[in-house]
Amino acid sequence: MTMDPYVASESTPELTPRQSTSSGLKDYLIGATPLQKRLESVRKQTSFVPTPPQRKIPQCSQLQENIDSQKVAFLLHKQWTLYSVTPLYKFSYNNLKEYSKLLNAFIAAEKQKGLAVEVGEDFNIKVIFSTLLGMKGTQRDPEAFLVQILSKSQMPSENREGKVLWTGWFCCVFGDNLLETVSQDFTCLPLFLANGAESNTAIIGTWFQKTFDCYFSPLAISAFNLSWMAAMWTACQMDCYMATTEFLWSVPCSPQSLDISYAIHPEDAKALWDSVHKTPGEVTQEEVDLFMDCLYSHFHRHFKIHLSATRLVRVSTSVASAHTDGKVKILCHKYLIGVLAYLTELAIFQIE
Amino acid sequence: MSPQKRVKNSQAQNRTSQDSNSSQTKLSAWKAKPSNSKSILKQNNTVEDCEHGNDQAEDALQITLEYFEKGPIKTSRSKDKILEKHLKTVENMAWKNGLAPDAIDILLNAALSGKFGNAVNTRILKCLIPATLISEHSVVKAVSWLCVGKCSGSTKVLFYRWLVAMFDFIDNKEQINLLYGFFFASLQDDALCPYVCHLLYLLTKKENVKPFRVRKLLDLQAKIGMQPHLQALLSLYKFFVPTLISVSLPVRKKIYFKNSENMWNSALLAMRLRNQQPFPEPLKLVLGSANVRPLKRKLNSHSVIPVLNSGSYTKECGKKEMSLSDCLSHNRSFPLEQLQNFPQLLQNIHCLELPSQIGSVLNNSLLLHYINCVRDESILLRLYHWLSQTLQEECIWYKVNNYEHGKDFTNFLDTIIRAQCFLQEGFYSCEAFLYKSLPLWDGLCCRSQFLQLVSWIPFSSFSEVKPLLFDHLAQLFFTSTIYFKCSVLQSLKELLQNWLLWLSVDIRMKPLTSSLLETTLGGSMDSVSKLIDYVGWLSTTAMRLESNSTFLLHFILDFYEKVCDIYVNYNLPLVVLFPPGIFHSALLSLDTSILNQLCYIMHRYHKNLSAAKKNELVQKAKSEFNFSSKTYQQFNQYLTTMVGCLWTSKPFEKGTYIDLQILESAGIMEYKNSLNLVCHPSLLSYAASFLLQENLEERTINMGSIRGKKWNWYLEYLFSEGLQGLKLFIGSNIHHSSVP
Repeated sequence: MTMDPYVASESTPELTPRQSTSSGLKDYLIGATPLQKRLESVRKQTSFVPTPPQRKIPQCSQLQENIDSQKVAFLLHKQWTLYSVTPLYKFSYNNLKEYSKLLNAFIAAEKQKGLAVEVGEDFNIKVIFSTLLGMKGTQRDPEAFLVQILSKSQMPSENREGKVLWTGWFCCVFGDNLLETVSQDFTCLPLFLANGAESNTAIIGTWFQKTFDCYFSPLAISAFNLSWMAAMWTACQMDCYMATTEFLWSVPCSPQSLDISYAIHPEDAKALWDSVHKTPGEVTQEEVDLFMDCLYSHFHRHFKIHLSATRLVRVSTSVASAHTDGKVKILCHKYLIGVLAYLTELAIFQIE
Repeated sequence: MSPQKRVKNSQAQNRTSQDSNSSQTKLSAWKAKPSNSKSILKQNNTVEDCEHGNDQAEDALQITLEYFEKGPIKTSRSKDKILEKHLKTVENMAWKNGLAPDAIDILLNAALSGKFGNAVNTRILKCLIPATLISEHSVVKAVSWLCVGKCSGSTKVLFYRWLVAMFDFIDNKEQINLLYGFFFASLQDDALCPYVCHLLYLLTKKENVKPFRVRKLLDLQAKIGMQPHLQALLSLYKFFVPTLISVSLPVRKKIYFKNSENMWNSALLAMRLRNQQPFPEPLKLVLGSANVRPLKRKLNSHSVIPVLNSGSYTKECGKKEMSLSDCLSHNRSFPLEQLQNFPQLLQNIHCLELPSQIGSVLNNSLLLHYINCVRDESILLRLYHWLSQTLQEECIWYKVNNYEHGKDFTNFLDTIIRAQCFLQEGFYSCEAFLYKSLPLWDGLCCRSQFLQLVSWIPFSSFSEVKPLLFDHLAQLFFTSTIYFKCSVLQSLKELLQNWLLWLSVDIRMKPLTSSLLETTLGGSMDSVSKLIDYVGWLSTTAMRLESNSTFLLHFILDFYEKVCDIYVNYNLPLVVLFPPGIFHSALLSLDTSILNQLCYIMHRYHKNLSAAKKNELVQKAKSEFNFSSKTYQQFNQYLTTMVGCLWTSKPFEKGTYIDLQILESAGIMEYKNSLNLVCHPSLLSYAASFLLQENLEERTINMGSIRGKKWNWYLEYLFSEGLQGLKLFIGSNIHHSSVP
């Protein structure tokens, strides 16, 4: 006996059909239904490198013209916790008012612990659903929408709304891969961003899960993706820099982990990027690696510490900042869509 | 014994009870033999004669226990003094070493029987610290005292507090659980209520949760308000039977009962240290778990699989005004909660609403039926998304310190596998999950579940799935134990069977045009044959790695028992032979059952190939699938080799050719007969017992004597010994005229 290496192509099937049939089988097995398309896309994702080797540098204003700038301003400079959401079943933009009422009652019931609550009753909170028009990458992307919980003033005479207790929004920016694989009954808004008490996020998430049969999972950002963000956001053209470029590495040691912060002047970071960058308008994996390696070797020269042996946990630039536990803050109005496009990509990757 | 002597003894005990270790051994020895305490003490005395001081301490305790067993001596003048002495003895012993089960039994009895006053009862209860365990029987006896009404309210409270504190040390809880109704009734007592709640919280099992109890708790809550202890019990009930309780309870609440109130804490801690063996940690009074990101638990609060709720909620809220027809149709729709049996399903199948969260169908076999026949793509997509995400979230080796949910995950996988077996169909989400998780799998965690998931991978193109799944599986296969190898082969056999069943049904169901049918069928057969080749490759290498283990070979041949019958059993145009490595290992095996199985498989191959040939001749023009002549050639080679070895005693002349010089140089001259049915190593013992059976007196047996007529008798003998595979093989391959 000899050990034959197993090679699929060399093995001779006992059967000899007259013509090559692999493509026929493929059509037959895969691609017939949305579900099979879905599986096919998962296979592709798993078999190749998890991320495409190149991405576009976020272009300057990609925002649609009809976007509400007041609302955009409201979304900037806030810390958002990220979640991925599977497609919403039977969600309709025509019923936002109804949803407000139902969610309001649901929250009230949860908060009152054990007492029955009637839909439409008056509570001291108010839930508002509203669309974020134009917050998308292509025309095919569904409209983003915002959910807000406001505290209502107790005095009936003053009819003004109180402060915002909790905000969350769903969006999909360049989510083509996902859109192709679902049927009409679903609305794909894979990225959910929440700001406010986590208990509220839990209640509202539960309501969405029950009502639209979707699934929320926290979206963490791996060190690999953080270095992509660092490169892509450094590559953005800025008129003026608002914040320094800062990296945070974590050294796992006991009893408490040690954090190493590394701040660079944003213009120096840009200069470094320009020196490693070749293809205009695009970022490649090699460039990302080279960019990070330069930072590592610079740090090693001064402090004799190999940062490559530690874990990147946070990246902040003038465009946005992101933490590995899934918290982001978007600073720059110009590149909002670009940042959301990458986050949507990560969310889609998680739900596939 | 006089009171004076007792006093002396107890003093002695105070002096000499230092040797805690040795008395510890004794106390644990008590547990082993539950007879009366006196005889045990004697026995222990003989065991540890050398430790006189300790004996004295034990004696003192023994006397004290007798005293408590009998009750106070009414006539004695110095009654209080004696009682005080005894209490001291017990307290000293208890706080130092803890008390044996029998001692606790006696003292518990004394404290609750009302023989002594309140203050004494309190002191006794406070020092009831077990050395090892508390017998369930003592607790049941104690509870029966509560019914007599001889002890005061404060004693009862203290008893319940003691019971809660010691709950983990009670050896068994079955009988205590039978008293559930009694404890539940005690909730009405306002003073007892918090402690009884705590006890019930520890004691409740799913079957204890009954609608009338839920009602009672809600009434109680209405009466005394939302108390943390009631909330605890309610949320536990809701956890077990979510459908019974519609109120929403706070999710965040973590501490319902204060452990700090437990006055026995320090003693228990000391006891644990003394015993130096890990005792079960007391139940954590936490419903959710403290995760790094607790949202997941909060969002999907209790069970992994959502509760069944009909989807009307979504539907209603989507409509602003309901028209009359909508209203009527809505009335006609059948609520899922009422669906109990199959006839109901059949009657209402046209107006059944699916649950708002599709994941809940996994636990409901009726709805699985429904899902199986309703080919609605969005249902499948909903299930796909929900299942993929849940698997990903629950999978324990994705997270670092999440092993406490290990059991949840295993149960969840079991539920999925049950549903797949029920539907006779694998879920796509499970396949996608395997793509992601198999490369990270250690081969140990949830092994049985994982391999079952593998066997339910839906039919697809093998070469596409191979790099995603089977390459990773092969790595694990080669580096793991023989048992793992056998389980993998077993699940691959099931996978093959599932694929074949699916294909044979699918081909009959699909009215495709003949050309399309043949294209797709050709591709499908190609995929199946690649799977078989893959298993052949695994098997050949594994045989070498495990040095031709018979055990492993059994599993390999089991797989080929499926393979050899594809043409006849599943009506699919495919015959794949086993690789030579497997054939020769089986032919030369020392195990009779292996040889028998090999004969059976060869017999079935013969049947399948003959059937294929016959069909080819009949519909020569039509057939798209001609088996390559190589298959026939190889089969004939195998067959010639087998017949040459087993029957004609002319091995290695045709078929597998071995240069005779090799045999000669190895010093094997008499090789011709050595593999025939008589001398084959696995059959030699049969031949010997056949000859002995015929002629018992004979000292030496001549194997060569089995020939001619005797050969046939010998065959009959082998068949009667259960070698049915051999019988079939000879029947189909050898003409009986050719007896050697």
